[in-house]
Amino acid sequence: MNGQAQILPGTLDLLILKAVSLGPLHGYGALLRIGQISEQALVIEQGALYPALFRLVRQGLLKATWGTSENNRRAKFYELTALGRKRLREETEGWNRLATAIASALSAQPEET
Amino acid sequence: MRLLAYLRSLASKFFHRSQVENDMDEELHSHIQHRADDLQRAGLGRAAAERRARIEFGGQQRFKEECREALGGNFLETLMQDLRFSLRVLRKSPGFTVVAVLTLALAIGANAVVFGILNAVILRPLNVPRAESLYGIERTSAWGTYQSYPDYLDLRDQNRSFEGLAAYNIAGAGLDTGDNPVRVSLYEVSGNYFDVLGLKPNLGRFFHGSDEHGPNSAPYIVLTYGYWHTHFQDDRSVEGRVVRLNQHPFTIFGVAPPEFHGTLLFFTPDFFVPIVNREQVEGASDLNARGIRWVFQVMGHLRPGVTPLQAAADLNSIGSALEKIYPKDDAKMTFSLARPSLPGNFIGRPVRAFVTGLMLLAGLILLAACANLGTLFAARAADRSREVALRLALGASRNRILRTLFTEAVLISLMGGAVGLDGSILLLRWLSVWQPIPRFPIQVPVYPDAHVYAVALALALVSGILFGIVPVRQVLKTNPYQVVKAGSTVMAGRRLTVRDLLLVVQIAICALLVTSSMVAVRGLVRSVHANFGFEPRNAMLVETNLSMAGYRGDAVPAMQKRMADAVRAIPGVNSAGLVDNPPLVEGWNAANVFTDETADLRPANAAATAVKYSVSPDYFQAAGTALLVGRTFSPHDDQTAQRVAVVSREFARKIFGSVTSSLGRYYKVLGGARIQVVGIVEEGKYTTNLAEDPQPAMFLPILQSPSSETWLVVRSGLDPQQLAGAVRSTLRGVDAAIPVYTETWIEGMDGALFTSRVATASLGLMGVMGAMLAMTGIFGMAANSVSKRRRELGIRMALGAQRNEVLQASLGRAFKLLALGSTAGLLLGILASRVLASIVYQATPRDPLVLTGVVLAMLLLGLLATWIPAQRALSLDPLTLLREE
Repeated sequence: MNGQAQILPGTLDLLILKAVSLGPLHGYGALLRIGQISEQALVIEQGALYPALFRLVRQGLLKATWGTSENNRRAKFYELTALGRKRLREETEGWNRLATAIASALSAQPEET
Repeated sequence: MRLLAYLRSLASKFFHRSQVENDMDEELHSHIQHRADDLQRAGLGRAAAERRARIEFGGQQRFKEECREALGGNFLETLMQDLRFSLRVLRKSPGFTVVAVLTLALAIGANAVVFGILNAVILRPLNVPRAESLYGIERTSAWGTYQSYPDYLDLRDQNRSFEGLAAYNIAGAGLDTGDNPVRVSLYEVSGNYFDVLGLKPNLGRFFHGSDEHGPNSAPYIVLTYGYWHTHFQDDRSVEGRVVRLNQHPFTIFGVAPPEFHGTLLFFTPDFFVPIVNREQVEGASDLNARGIRWVFQVMGHLRPGVTPLQAAADLNSIGSALEKIYPKDDAKMTFSLARPSLPGNFIGRPVRAFVTGLMLLAGLILLAACANLGTLFAARAADRSREVALRLALGASRNRILRTLFTEAVLISLMGGAVGLDGSILLLRWLSVWQPIPRFPIQVPVYPDAHVYAVALALALVSGILFGIVPVRQVLKTNPYQVVKAGSTVMAGRRLTVRDLLLVVQIAICALLVTSSMVAVRGLVRSVHANFGFEPRNAMLVETNLSMAGYRGDAVPAMQKRMADAVRAIPGVNSAGLVDNPPLVEGWNAANVFTDETADLRPANAAATAVKYSVSPDYFQAAGTALLVGRTFSPHDDQTAQRVAVVSREFARKIFGSVTSSLGRYYKVLGGARIQVVGIVEEGKYTTNLAEDPQPAMFLPILQSPSSETWLVVRSGLDPQQLAGAVRSTLRGVDAAIPVYTETWIEGMDGALFTSRVATASLGLMGVMGAMLAMTGIFGMAANSVSKRRRELGIRMALGAQRNEVLQASLGRAFKLLALGSTAGLLLGILASRVLASIVYQATPRDPLVLTGVVLAMLLLGLLATWIPAQRALSLDPLTLLREE
């Protein structure tokens, strides 16, 4: 494991929502942002990003508009909808609860049982 | 909100498909460009950067497909794609498509037709309100549905289970509306008939129970809508008109509703008259005879909450009371209830059994067709194993590939179903207007309805899925890596598989049917030239029923003589004679005969049962029946003279032992009369079956055994239509009140030939079905064997195999199975001809024409079925094959 981790199934959507919540992004930008905020620990297959983006748009969590990127290329930018923001909050809380629970479970010492 | 977003996405996908696709392309392209920009910044050249970016991105097509799925609305889109793809594929192999569609069209069409009949005959109730609670009463003893009129009245008045009980009987009569009297078929019905059924008149009014006041008290007529339409041209002024029925005045009360065709499925009457006027209609006064059972059916609606069993118990208690009061006339009065449309165990049960059997047969045909098409489909799937493997390797899911295959199968079955349904609708319509016996309104009303369409559609879908399933395992097992690397390798099957056996059975059945239908056709052709004991060519039959014109007693023979004399006087008529019931036309009379020495004339002591005819002296000449010895009748053989008879050879042989010794000797008939044999005529066919064995027959002088219902046999070389016109106008001159019906004797014999014709036609139809099954079976098997052995065949060809060797290798097995099945079928056919011989005249398979015909037919069938696979085997290019696989 050279410092990189496979992402858990189902967490890609959460990561995308988080990345986009920091400001509108196009697909490639979202990929870079996820790498950046996870300190390059999480790798996403490039192509796999798009089905997830399309799914989130369909669920009404993201909305997409065409615009011009920093490289002066046409690109589709994604941003959170109100529903997306709400979902991100809920999922973050849920994830934190789960992470805390699992962490405490895994850090249990023999004498404490 | 979410639903809205989904719908919007779906709609935009559906309506702006190309825009969505373009968007997707552009977005992915933009991603790759951005990545390439980054890579370029890291020091790569532009071209190398873009290439690298594309590789990092992964399988674009796969992700696009996933994106499309993520966008939703996928089902319809995939379906459209699959449909387009299937249509393209099917267009590329027209031979296969045509064979498959035709097979299914035949199989589904057969099912639709049989179901149409089943639906009309068994499932669909009578066209009356609340048909589900309408029941007919049957006697559980041998009498069937018939009741006597006094019994009917007792049942009607004493039961507590029915809302009301109506009765009807079928009869014929002569209707005179002013000119040109015609023969009509009618129901004699109880006064409450329409009220019990709950019908409302279309015009005028119905008669009711309150209109009946004893015998001949209600001379009223209610027309069926059909008869009003065809014979009164929808004339609304018929209400109240007085017409003459058997020369008695009857008043037309009204017209029944259009959808009502009487209460017997196969028999639509022309009109209804009250049953109390039976004497005027049929000349019978048996309204008070408790022992004579002539009322065809008694029926009614059950009261709410009463079950058929309870009703039967109620009727049985009335019956047992009647048994006690009238022990002589009413023995064994037990009842059961049944649907009235096909009454009785004697009509209903055989019809139901027959139709159910047909349905089973049709179902089996469809199943076999599906099995065969499945084999064909598997062959195609094997041919396409490389395509399937490639698609799997490129990331298509197995589900998706199976879906494509199923779409193809269902598409074919739907096309087949549509064609089959079209054909079956035509056939059902034709059947519905078909009148097997033109003189009677006997019809098979089997108009297709929504149920038939629904069943055809369901059958099409099910069969598509059935034969689509066959190649599934094959696809699921496909290992793309293996196939792409090594080509499709199929293990050689066991030596004789279940499929082979199924095929042999199908071929055998096909050969059996082909043999039988050829035997039947030959028999039918021969029967036209058979010796009937009379000469039907150039003979016209003229039905004159004098009781329909109001003649009684002594007036009848005098009038009959006048009619015959008048017709004989028509220029061009050679002879004219009277007979009460011409042979081979419709039914026959039979009577027990006894030797002269027999004193106790019980049926058990009868020497024979002889077919009986009442004829005038000129009959033999007019019919063309040859006298062997003795004399025919003279006008002096009347009531005052010794009773005499002319008998058939078989009669003489059976009663007196030999032909020569019988002349001048006596025999007895029921009642004790001694009859002297004065002449012997040639053997003939008398009943309605041409295949009958020689029957004893006796001809009696009409003056000694009178009948008012006679046919004139007119022998003439004139054109039948011209002759019929002349006969009609002559008879109108004699008495304009006599209803006259004319037909040629050949036409009249349609009834006698009916069974053998229907048997031949249905054998022929089944033969076509069998041939279709055998053909698709062989086609599938041959196609399969060519597909599976393509590599082997290619290698053989490369090594120098000749065309016929290739053919033998690829199709030898198919032809071996064909030979095996055909031989078995032919042998079975020869055995089955014995059964056939009882229906079809002179049915024998020991006929070189039949044997060669069968062999040729089967050979032709094999050639046709293997044509496409053979072409494919021959057109294999070893170079391409060896390079590709």
